[in-house]
This record gives sequence, structure tokens and C-alpha cells, in this order.
Amino acid sequence: MKDWRYWLAEQRGTLLAFGIFIVMFIIYTSNHPAGFTANVVQTASNKGVLLAFVAMAQTLVVITAGIDLSVGMIFTLTNCLASWLVIGTGIETAFGVVAVLGTGLLCGAINGAIVIYGRLQPIVTTIATGAVYFGIALLLRPFPGGSVNEDLADALTGRLFGVVPASLVVLLAVVLVVWVPFSRSVLGRAAYAAGSSEMAAYMSGVPIRRGKFTAYALAGLLAAIGGLFLTFFTYTGEAAYASGNAYTLFSIAAVVLGGVSLFGGKGSAIGAIFGALAFRTIGDLLFVFDFDPLWQPLFQGVILLIAVSLGAFALFRVRNRLEWFL
Amino acid sequence: MDGAVPLFRMEGISKRYGGVRALEKAELSVTPGSIHAILGENGAGKSTLIKVMAGVVAPDEGRMMLDGSEVTFASPAAANQAGIVCIFQELSLVPELSVADNIVISDPPKRFGMIDRKAQRRVAEEALARAGAADIHPLALVKDLPLSRRQMVEIAKALARKPRILILDEATSALTAADVAKIFGVLKRLRSEGLALLYISHRMNEIAELADQCTVFRNGRNVASYAAGTKGDNEVVELMIGREYSHIFPPKPVRAPATAAPVLEARKLSWTDRLDNISLTVSAGEVVGLGGLDGQGQRELLLAFFGVLRGLSGQILIDGRPVAISSPAAARDDRIGMALIPEDRKTEGLMLPMTVRENLSFAALDRLSRAGIIDRAAEQRLIDDMVALLAIKTAGLDIPVGALSGGNQQKVVIAKWLMRKPRIILLNDPTRGIDVGTKQELYQLMRKLADQGAAILFYSTDYDELIGCCDRVLVLYDGAVKRELVGAEITERALISSALNIHGEEMAVTGMAKTPARGADA
Repeated sequence: MKDWRYWLAEQRGTLLAFGIFIVMFIIYTSNHPAGFTANVVQTASNKGVLLAFVAMAQTLVVITAGIDLSVGMIFTLTNCLASWLVIGTGIETAFGVVAVLGTGLLCGAINGAIVIYGRLQPIVTTIATGAVYFGIALLLRPFPGGSVNEDLADALTGRLFGVVPASLVVLLAVVLVVWVPFSRSVLGRAAYAAGSSEMAAYMSGVPIRRGKFTAYALAGLLAAIGGLFLTFFTYTGEAAYASGNAYTLFSIAAVVLGGVSLFGGKGSAIGAIFGALAFRTIGDLLFVFDFDPLWQPLFQGVILLIAVSLGAFALFRVRNRLEWFL
Repeated sequence: MDGAVPLFRMEGISKRYGGVRALEKAELSVTPGSIHAILGENGAGKSTLIKVMAGVVAPDEGRMMLDGSEVTFASPAAANQAGIVCIFQELSLVPELSVADNIVISDPPKRFGMIDRKAQRRVAEEALARAGAADIHPLALVKDLPLSRRQMVEIAKALARKPRILILDEATSALTAADVAKIFGVLKRLRSEGLALLYISHRMNEIAELADQCTVFRNGRNVASYAAGTKGDNEVVELMIGREYSHIFPPKPVRAPATAAPVLEARKLSWTDRLDNISLTVSAGEVVGLGGLDGQGQRELLLAFFGVLRGLSGQILIDGRPVAISSPAAARDDRIGMALIPEDRKTEGLMLPMTVRENLSFAALDRLSRAGIIDRAAEQRLIDDMVALLAIKTAGLDIPVGALSGGNQQKVVIAKWLMRKPRIILLNDPTRGIDVGTKQELYQLMRKLADQGAAILFYSTDYDELIGCCDRVLVLYDGAVKRELVGAEITERALISSALNIHGEEMAVTGMAKTPARGADA
């Protein structure tokens, strides 16, 4: 009877992110010199989708009450790897894609194994593994370069039927193939349960470890899909330290904007995708209003700070002050 | 019950935590189609027993038999699979998930490898209806439900697992009277369906209504089993008493009735549903105990004094003047001069990786510093005094406090507060998990501080301590002061029966703690 209200409450974060994105995108396109055209949408989509993949990756780990500071570096590493492998004949290209995605999965699995079985804190673990992944990326591409199967790249970053950005379609496909099954599987629920209350989950006989491990591993895979797309988008590989770090940081902003709780157990990757698209659009607003691009990092920093502060409001309602520290 | 074939048997189960024996060759057998009550005072081993049964804790020795063959449980999940389901006191619900998610959490219905939400909804609604809680919406988030509703979800969750043995550990403590009646109906139905139920409760009237069989635990052992209704309340209390008096207590001073105004006074303190109209006084030189079962509001009362709780109603008076204590920093301020020795020294009392020296001076840094710079010489003097006073055994002041033994860690926590020379000392079960020798030293110290003029409010789960140390004891039940025991009235029998809220013969409930302390050298 009141089912829709519970649904609404559950999706509030996602809907809010969707709303912010729509409003920002309308402001963006209506002030864009070219206006709302297929071209503008395609470019925005290609940029937004990169962050959306990394934000999805971050979501999986944040749901378990962890954080993955290596997503940006997995993104960079797989970009460099793809610039070596994803070329040649159809078979060779297909092999390259599989190898790149497999590498991402492996990176995520390593993070998961260390955090879960080595019992190290996620933040420390992923700073360290992120540094390692970047180191490998640098060896692969000491200088920007390489190439990619351009037919595939153009197909996936172009438009379908002349209007629909192909990258959005791929994003949708990834949601359907990775996120939806995960969120509805027992392991996905275990990841949520572990993030919300690991002890209650343990007492209920939930497979906490496998759930968390799956979340970390899939995070690596999603970051690799992002890295692959970066290669399709730029036709090259580059071990760019600053860019990798920026993606990690922005993925956290996107996740928070998307209604995913940094305390774990709450939120969805769909919300994070809209968070990512909204964050990108807000950042690009500066361009259409002709601000100096130098302002962009400061502007994005402020948005990140505001987004993170939103999560702290619940503390005002706590009646036992000791619970502040739990 | 002797004729029935036991469904489950525990034989010679022992479990030690460090040097503390929680269970010592305990035996228990459970028959289908009956409700078996487990009784015992705090620390008698009941909780450990069911933790062993439910796969949370592995026993050091002994064996468990299910259907006549030996079983071991590596995890709660393993016990569930064998049909043993436990409803724990500390809730096992995941707050951010919905009621339905929680009910099916250990084995959700699946379709094509994914969770079938429609089937899940059906299972949840069925289970809620069986538990008599159909008013709870299966899509509501657990964190949005009040405690009594959560407890009902917990029960529905247990039922959804189709248990053969259902263990309820104080499962009714958070429930409203209407819910308790519903649950009793459910439990009786389950019994007629052939389930074995283990029921742990401190409420004697509940046990009288429900149980077929009772087993009393004491000191980690089962000391008596009898058919329900064959023993009176007083006889049961007698069975629960009988702990060895292993501690030596300092003599209590014989004092003239205190004429001095109380140093610490509470008037009608209430907070959420945990504290209910509590009034009490503590005078200088007095050791006032807080008794009762675990979790009746004692901890919250101490936190209320120490300025940790928000939204407190009622008044706190220091030296007869009303004060508003807004934080621990305000409470320790010289005008109030309060110290709280917390229950969990590892999280609330000490910074384990930091050194003994640093930990000792934390609470007194403002007194030891001028313009923000610490006076190292003054600090050293005070620390030396404290180490000597409390006889803290440490290899040095600059080793991590985590390297000390439990007893010495606790001494550091106490010394840290004594460095401020507090006038009011609140102690929250300070001797839990420390050795007997250190306990004795702490008892001596407490009395010494009182003799020097401190007002001491002392919560302990160990009845011996309350008897041995306190001039007066207030027994709490459901967040309210149920009884005040003065001097020679403080006996184990009186403590237990008032803790269980049994109104027996001469045990009339006295009023609030307004009576001054009497001489107490029994």
C-alpha cells in the first residue's frame, strides 16, 4: 500500500543526484554556444562516462564501509596496458580487451585479498597498491604513446543511429551485466550487510568475506572498463600521475553526490553514476560561463567539500555523545 | 522430563577467557516440545553457554550431541544449518537493510542465481505474521524502527529459519507488555509444534508462565535442574547464591549518620527509555553502590552525570547547587571535580599504543601546563606519586600502556583520574576482567579515597563487591531505582531478589535514596 514511499526513501539519494544532474545539464547546454546538439551530448557523455565507471568502482568498495584509493591508478594502469594490447585484428583486439579487463579484476582482487585476509585497513592498503599499480603503468608507458584499434574506439565513442552516444549504451550494458546481478545476489547483499554492521552480519551467518572480496574485485574490473574507455577516447596510453589521483578523488565526490554513504551499507552505483555525471557537468559549467580554467580545481574542491559535509548531518540527532565516535 | 529423548546434549563443556572460568564442565540437555528456562546471576555462565551452542564461541573442552551424534560448530552459520537458532540480546540485525532483507539474510530465496524479491517479501510477511508482528512493513529499514519493533523482527527472522532449537536470550527485555503477550502465544505454539526452546530471562514471572523445565547456573556450572513450578522463588534465589567469597575487603568505617549535605545529588533524572526518574545522593566519604542486573541503566546513569548524554531531564546538583554538565571536560572541571573510570578501558579509558606516561597525564594536562607548555618536572613528580600510590607494575613509563597486564592497565586509568584529585568518583564496573590481587588493591584504594573525603558512586556486576565495599547500594531495574539497601541490609539474597524485582516477605521496596548513610559494620 505504502510501498512506493519505502521505494522513494530507498532511492532518495539516487533521485537527488539525478535531479542535480538534469538541472546542471540543462544549465550547461542552454549556455553552451552550440546548444543542445548530438555533438555536445556525445562529448559530454564520453567525458562523463569515464568518471562514471570509476565512481561505480568506488561505490562497490564504499558499500562495504571501505574506500579504494587505487581506483584512479587501476584506471591509469589499464589505460597504458590497453595502448599496447588492444590493437590488430579482431581476434587480437578481443584478446587485448579480455587481458585488460582481467588485469583490472586482478588488481581489485589483490586489494580485496589484502584488506580481507591480511586484515589491513582499506585506506592504507589501497594507497600502497595504488602506488604499485602506477609504478607498473609508468614502466609500460614511460612516455605517452601507443595506439588502439581505431575502428573499435570510434564505434564505442561515437553515436548510434546518429543521436545516441555509444558510450552511454556501453555504460547501460555494464550496469545491467555487472551492477544489477551484483546488487541482487547473495554476495552483493553480504557486501551491504558487512558495510552496515559487520558484527550483525557475522552473527547472521552472512558470507561477509566473499561478499567484500567480490566487491573489491569487481571494483577493479569497473575501473579497468574506465581505463579501456580512456584509451578509446584518447587513442593513446599515458601514465599520468595527477590524472589518476584526480579520478580517485572525483570518484569519492561522485559517490557522495550520488547518495552512497561513506559509512557503508547504503547507496547504489546508479546514484554514483548520476553523481559522476553531475560532478562533471558542474565542473564544465565554468567553461560555458567563460571562467579561467585555472579556477576549475578550486571549484571542484569546494563541491567535494560540500558533498562530503552533507553526510555529517545525522550526527546532530545523536543523544548519547559517545555514539559520535562509533 | 526424564523419559523424553534429548534432541541436543552438552557434556562437560568448559570455556576460559584468560584466567577467568566462564564455564566449568557444564551439562545441558534439551528435549523437543518443551520450553527450558536457564537461570543464574550475572556472570554465572549463561551467555557463554548459549554462545557455545550457537557457534559463536568454541568450547575449550567437552562435546555436543545432536540427535545422538557429536557435532561441532565453526560459526553461527554452521549452528543455523544444524537447526539451532539464537535470538541474541545484542541485536543481530543489519540497520541499513530492510526488514525483509534482514529476515531472509542467511538464506535468501533465489531465482536465476539472483535474490527473488517477490519470494523474499512473501517469506518475510509470513514470518512477521507468525511472530505476531504483521504491523511491521517488510520494506521499512531496520534502523528506522524503534527497539521493541526491532526485537520483533529479530524473532521473525529466527522463525523464518525454521529452527529445531530456538534460543531466546533476554528476548523480551526491550518489548512492550502487549508484544510480550503475543510472543508468549507464539512460543507456546512453537512448543506444541515440537520445537525445543531455551529461554533465558531474569523475569521470574515470565519463567513461571512459560517454562516446563528449569536449570540454574552458578559459577559456570549447572547446579540444579527441576520441573518448573516445583520450587519457590526464594528457593531459586538460594540456588543462585553461593559464589565463593574470594576477595578480601577493607573494613567499612562505623560512622555517625552523615549530617553533611550531599556532594552529588540527582533529582528525577530521566533519559529516553533507559533512565526513569532516578533520584539519589552521595555524600563525601561515602561509597554508594549501583546494583542490579547488567544493562538496567547503570551505565547510562554514570554517563548522564559525566555530561555525555543529551536531552537529559531532571536535575543534577553539586554541593547542593544545580549545575548543567555539558561534556566530560565540564564534568572534570575543578568546580565539579568529577572523574569517571569507564567500563571498557581499552576504548574509553586508554590510548593503548601511547606510553604509560602520556596516558597518565592526559586528564591532568591543563593543570600541569603553563601557557600550553607542559611542565615536565611537575608531571614527573605527580606521575611518580601515582605509580607509587597505586603500585603500578610497569617496566618503565615510556612503554606502550597496551603492554601492561589488564590489572595494571586499569590502575593506569584510575591513576590518570586521581591526578586531578577528583571529589566525585564514578566507577563503571572497574574490576571486570582483572586479577584478584589487583581487585583487592582497588577495594583498599576506594575506601582510602572515601576516607580522604571523596564521594564515590560504584557500579559493579559482581555482588560480592557491592556487599564488601559499599555503605549503601541502590538496585536498578528497568532504568529506575527499585530498592535501597543500607549497611547490614546489603546481602547477596537481598541484592539478587531486588535485582530480579521479586517482591518478597520483608523485602518491601523502600523509597528514594534520601536516607543518609548509617553505620555499617556487620
